[in-house]
Amino acid sequence: MIKASNVTKRFRSVTAVDNLSFQLAESESLALWGSNGAGKTTLIRCLLGIFPFQGSIAIGGIDVRRSGKQARAIVGYVPQELAFHDDARLGSSILFFAGLRRMDRHAAAKSLETVGLLGHEKKRVRDLSGGMKQRLALAIALIADPPIIILDEPTSNLDASGRGEVVQTLCRLRDQGKTLVFASHRPDEVITLAQRVLVMEKGRLVEETTPSKLWPKDERIQTLRLHISMGTDEAAAEVLRDAGLAVNLNGHGLCVSVPRNRKAEPVSVLARASIEVRDFEILDDVHKATEQGGAEE
Amino acid sequence: MTTLSRAKSLPSVHLSRVASVAAFARREFRDAISSRWFLLYTVAFTVLAVAVSFMSLAGSGSQGFAGFGRTTAGLLNLIMLVVPLMALNAGAGTIAGERERGTLLYLLAQPVSRFELLLGKYLGLAAALCSSMFVGFGLSAAVLAWRAGSVGLTAYAMLIAFTCALALAMLSVGILLSVLSRRSGVATGLGLFAWLILVFLSDLGLMAGTILFKLRVQEVFAIGIANPLQAFKMAVIVNMNASLDVLGPVGMYASQTFGGALPWILAGVLAVWTIVPLVAAIILFNKRGSV
Repeated sequence: MIKASNVTKRFRSVTAVDNLSFQLAESESLALWGSNGAGKTTLIRCLLGIFPFQGSIAIGGIDVRRSGKQARAIVGYVPQELAFHDDARLGSSILFFAGLRRMDRHAAAKSLETVGLLGHEKKRVRDLSGGMKQRLALAIALIADPPIIILDEPTSNLDASGRGEVVQTLCRLRDQGKTLVFASHRPDEVITLAQRVLVMEKGRLVEETTPSKLWPKDERIQTLRLHISMGTDEAAAEVLRDAGLAVNLNGHGLCVSVPRNRKAEPVSVLARASIEVRDFEILDDVHKATEQGGAEE
Repeated sequence: MTTLSRAKSLPSVHLSRVASVAAFARREFRDAISSRWFLLYTVAFTVLAVAVSFMSLAGSGSQGFAGFGRTTAGLLNLIMLVVPLMALNAGAGTIAGERERGTLLYLLAQPVSRFELLLGKYLGLAAALCSSMFVGFGLSAAVLAWRAGSVGLTAYAMLIAFTCALALAMLSVGILLSVLSRRSGVATGLGLFAWLILVFLSDLGLMAGTILFKLRVQEVFAIGIANPLQAFKMAVIVNMNASLDVLGPVGMYASQTFGGALPWILAGVLAVWTIVPLVAAIILFNKRGSV
């Protein structure tokens, strides 16, 4: 369904995506995992044909570089944050995007129903909660019932309840046979939604794996947020990665997922590299969160 | 099933280019007419146009000499100040504004091309600007028709047509500046600078250049009409059936040399100012690939 070959994207001297290749079959779900600056968002924009790039990407057999518009017609895109005019009403917003895809009011209404937003059409976008905005973005992505959905950290700005709603909707879509590609920094999301994971670092594909290999199910995995000295985040992330730990450095801090009985390991690894850990907090138990998500469904 | 064979079974993806352009134009028109700047400019333009009409009528004793003719002359300078400012401002904010808000990326992630997006935005803003002109001119015309009959109506209609042409030309320049700018504040600043150059500095520059370089009359004419505002002014005066002698030796040269072809030449200048910046904006918008 998606075939990316030797994709490279440079911004002047910075290589955001470096010679990356992967394939994704129909109905598969793929997570893009990596720290901030790993190139996940840039790769997504290349997949959508928004950025010019070197290499080739075919979506449903359509060359994205040559026929970006046609390729995007079979893709629904959900950005990290819904970027839309705040003054617009929810109803007119979705009708505008329906118009771009030659879909009618009924398709727009059906899409709103799918994400549980039917009846909110008169609300202005600025009055929507973060979760509602994200669901609106999902509704817009689903208007034309595209076979592929691409999502860029779809739950990063949501609270636990909003996150649960979006993940449940995505689970339903995956079960309906949609092909999903998403960037995420939450292990529980990746475990719940993805069949495969591309681990990216500095624009390169470091590893192509599965969630169960990254976070084995027989081990209780917990995510820790480490508070370390200013300016040492990136060095710390590299040290932890070298020690074989799943690290995520993003706007919310340096997070590392470790087996429950080895929580002190990241601290000692960093201490050996003379990086001081001032404090840490335990965010969640990855598999427990996943199971809870499943139970809620 | 291979990727290629799968593609053949996918639904038709040949979306109409016209439909996408129309969707963007509709949205841009709706956004423009509901925005504060548009309302402010429209009200200001309408009030000034009606005020000029009343003053023209008062000057002619509400009788005979064509309220339309006098009003056309009176409105000329007002249009040259207000319309370019309005159009440059509207154009400058469009792409840079979307870029700054992060909405441009989201729009480009839809099954549309950059060309369709830009053209749709241009047409929507053009329709909004022309509507604004029609409101101002329409009310002014109603006052004149009520008080002074319809003498000079043709020149007035031509004034409206040339004003719309001027607005379209300035809108193209504004959109080009918008494509070139990352922030809407920068684009608006550049638009204001362009307005200043076209309205004030180019006249002063031409005068200084004429004296310094002892330019010949045909050179002064050529340089003069390269400014779309001067081309507009000359076209309106010609269409009022007024003598271009009021413009001095350059006007006399123009009417003697080009005669009946002059309005077409001046309309051509405005057309070039509409097409060239717009095409440049489309090419740059496609080429830069920035969001």
